[in-house]
Amino acid sequence: MTTPPRTARVFGSGIRRREDPRLLTGTARYTDDVVLPGMVYAAMLRSPHAHARITRLDTSRAKEAPGVVAVFTAADTESVLKPIPCLWLVPGSDLKTSPYLPLAKDIVRYVGDAVAVVVAEASYQAYDALELIEVDYETLQAVVDPEKTTHDGAPQLHAEAPGNVAFHWVVEGGDVEAAFSSAEVVVRERIIQQRLLPTAMETRSAVAQYVPATGELTLWNTTQNPHIVRFACSVVTGIPEDRLRVIAPEVGGGFGSKIAQYPGDFVTVFCSMKLGLPVKWTETRSENYQATTHGRDHVQDVELAATRDGQITGLRCKVWAAMGAYLSTAAPGIPTILHGLMLSGPYRIPALREDVYGVYTNATPVEAYRGAGRPEATFMLERMIDRLADEIGIDPVDVRKKNLIPPFENGFDVVTGLKYDSGNYVGALDKALAQVEYRTLRAEQARLREQGRYIGIGVSTYVEICGLGPSQVAGAVGFQGGLWESAIVRFHPTGKVNVFIGASPHGQGEETTFAQIVADELGVEVTDVKVVHGDTDNTPMGWGTYGSRTTAVGGAALAVATRKIKDKAMLLAGHLLEAAVEDIEYEGGRFFVKGMPDRAKTIQDIALLANVAWNLPDGMEAGLEATTFYDPPNFTYPFGAHVAVVEVEPDTGRIDLKRYVAVDDCGPQINPVIVEGQVHGGVVQGIGQALWEEAVYDDSGQLLTGSLTDYAIPRADQLPEIEVLSTVTPSPHHPLGVKGIGEAGTISSTCTVYNAVIDALEPFKVASIRMPLTPERVWRAIQSSREGA
Amino acid sequence: MTLPVTITVNGRPHERVVEPRLLLVHFLRDVVGLTGTKIGCDTSQCGSCTVLLDGTAIKSCTCLAVQADGSSITTIEGLATEGRLNALQDAFWSKHGLQCGFCTPGMVFAAHELLRVHPQPSAEEIRHGLEGNMCRCTGYQNIVRAIEHAAASLGGNA
Repeated sequence: MTTPPRTARVFGSGIRRREDPRLLTGTARYTDDVVLPGMVYAAMLRSPHAHARITRLDTSRAKEAPGVVAVFTAADTESVLKPIPCLWLVPGSDLKTSPYLPLAKDIVRYVGDAVAVVVAEASYQAYDALELIEVDYETLQAVVDPEKTTHDGAPQLHAEAPGNVAFHWVVEGGDVEAAFSSAEVVVRERIIQQRLLPTAMETRSAVAQYVPATGELTLWNTTQNPHIVRFACSVVTGIPEDRLRVIAPEVGGGFGSKIAQYPGDFVTVFCSMKLGLPVKWTETRSENYQATTHGRDHVQDVELAATRDGQITGLRCKVWAAMGAYLSTAAPGIPTILHGLMLSGPYRIPALREDVYGVYTNATPVEAYRGAGRPEATFMLERMIDRLADEIGIDPVDVRKKNLIPPFENGFDVVTGLKYDSGNYVGALDKALAQVEYRTLRAEQARLREQGRYIGIGVSTYVEICGLGPSQVAGAVGFQGGLWESAIVRFHPTGKVNVFIGASPHGQGEETTFAQIVADELGVEVTDVKVVHGDTDNTPMGWGTYGSRTTAVGGAALAVATRKIKDKAMLLAGHLLEAAVEDIEYEGGRFFVKGMPDRAKTIQDIALLANVAWNLPDGMEAGLEATTFYDPPNFTYPFGAHVAVVEVEPDTGRIDLKRYVAVDDCGPQINPVIVEGQVHGGVVQGIGQALWEEAVYDDSGQLLTGSLTDYAIPRADQLPEIEVLSTVTPSPHHPLGVKGIGEAGTISSTCTVYNAVIDALEPFKVASIRMPLTPERVWRAIQSSREGA
Repeated sequence: MTLPVTITVNGRPHERVVEPRLLLVHFLRDVVGLTGTKIGCDTSQCGSCTVLLDGTAIKSCTCLAVQADGSSITTIEGLATEGRLNALQDAFWSKHGLQCGFCTPGMVFAAHELLRVHPQPSAEEIRHGLEGNMCRCTGYQNIVRAIEHAAASLGGNA
């Protein structure tokens, strides 16, 4: 019992991640790495048509193929598997759900809709047999455009949703009509938020092991939320939740695409139930692009009203948000709650109205994709502010400063009804401007323009909603679950600590950052804390890792649990040191009698004595552990300001991204190295949307960017060094003040780069270009401007 | 039809009979059972499956197992000795050059190849050298830092 006390804080230190050694040595196990005795392999037959009636489906030849164990279609699954539920039923929107079947029956509604599954002894055999399934399709007219799908005469996807409108949701605050009728200036733009492919490097995968003798299922699944998978799997398959174990082992990125509940996972479970064998299914990348959810896909008509001197007076918009062919798990909440409620951003906007139409199209279902609704809101606002600045001839930075909400530390009510927690938007903006020496840069831009060089400077500020969220609010906005998080902190007799969390990090590094929280709160070495997650059989319930909520909510649960432990340890210390608990002080992992620092017990002493329980105060239970269910009182609202500098070559349309500066405020940083890494990755994903990425469908609903050959995610040689800075504004309601950083970069960077490119083209009077800003599109915009002049 | 092959993986010879169409990456993962090598695409773009074949980096999805007959393969499992990371692995760890870890085995071998050819590369040369490997988490910046760090610590002796 001679462990020395800890004094140095590890919270705030950029220590190396404990996740990494296993990832760097190939010993980490992802779902596709799981191998079980007797395992067989599934492959899905997917529709090659965007919209068609199945007139004949013959699997007899496939069933005879070498190694084939079984072939199943909807005729087999329909009596067992229920439709996949949508779990975000946004109220007041006349939401119409339509059956989302694990295997399509009679009609297919997008390229990739699964119609049959082959199970074989080897993966190659399963793919061979797919070729032998005969399907006759009677093709139907398809529609993929989010606006055109609502037009008269458009093909209809679901009988339940006439006009293909799944919901119509409105957010309104202030007197919008008055704002526009009395506006001195109105700027308008149609913005296309193109469809994106999330492209987590690990495709989706499931290994299902059903044991008929016990009725128990173990499902290894690459998911961001194993506890939600357990719940949904129970609903779809009928296996009771207590007999269902979901394990999210190592997960190779998600970015929102591993939130949804997927047909392929449930079909894999079905195969295991029917065959009594462990079954593995892993997507190919091309299959992933068809069958794993996509992101964005909005058409937005936006109008901004303002005074001549740049005061914003109103915002009005109409958005067609594609849902794809079916309503994915959280899809309706994304263009509404996570988008519409954030429309006023960091600005004082007295009046706004948004009409959102969630529409069915013959395309892959859309889900959350990094930022989920907030990038689409931020882009809209930041784009329109630049339009306004251009219209009234005032520097875009000055227009922003005129409208930004002044610094506040404890609550600010905005027009959409949200209460932001804390913010210093001007502070972040000033820091970003100072980093690039904004005024000097503007002068340089003017000088180079005279030489025929076209530099552009893009600026954006943002605030986002994170740490989802108070469960009462979740219920009020139709989320079919809670949004609290839980943590168990357990001291072993030797003074080592296990932490069990319900959240499910998949690359963000919380095994490290959460150990940092515990180490400081309890005064133990960070190496003495192990964080366990991702297995529903040995972790408490959690609602998943998305919406930058794991540290913001799960981290709070952890902090509260450690404080409960400290309270109990204090009582035991008082008892053992024969002093009143009021006389016990705590510092750096030691409990001592006030004024007598040598009469002390370390936290490790207490852990041992609590666990052996030889001498406890009357009524105290043995053990030293605590469980917390933390339901946050409010969301958190990280914010920041980004600046991009580009040069555009007018003769080729080529864009050179010269500088990127990110100032983000996520509150106090537990591990600044990890925070910086999150910003790098997020910024680059947003740049990808601005410059290179688009899921392209042709009019018949064929996905033209169906493989990594055609879909252009950013590569190392296309990017500058991202300059990462921060400000620190704690959240007033969070036990550690932290806010969340996972999505910040993506939310701001698309519009920052876009604004920079349009700024560079100012001499050509190019007002807008459809994203991604490929050289061809930029060149054409310049050409048509030159021809028009 | 099947053919016999002998492929040495991380120093151990494996004599197996395989279908001629079997990809090397599937040989490594499914036949030998070394799952550290990852598959991130089906068009040879992502580079997650990069390994060393007789000391040179290749994408193991672009090579048939029968083509690798008689050769010596190093996978990510073969780099650390007695649990001690090699200089490149350690550099990725020190510089936070990975997040979800899925592209990492391939990145480490892409970096290995880069340093083999350019022992002291510039940041630009590193970025160019990583063209064939995709990462969706890191934005590549810390991967570049990790490779610079490894180059410095190896002092040009990759």
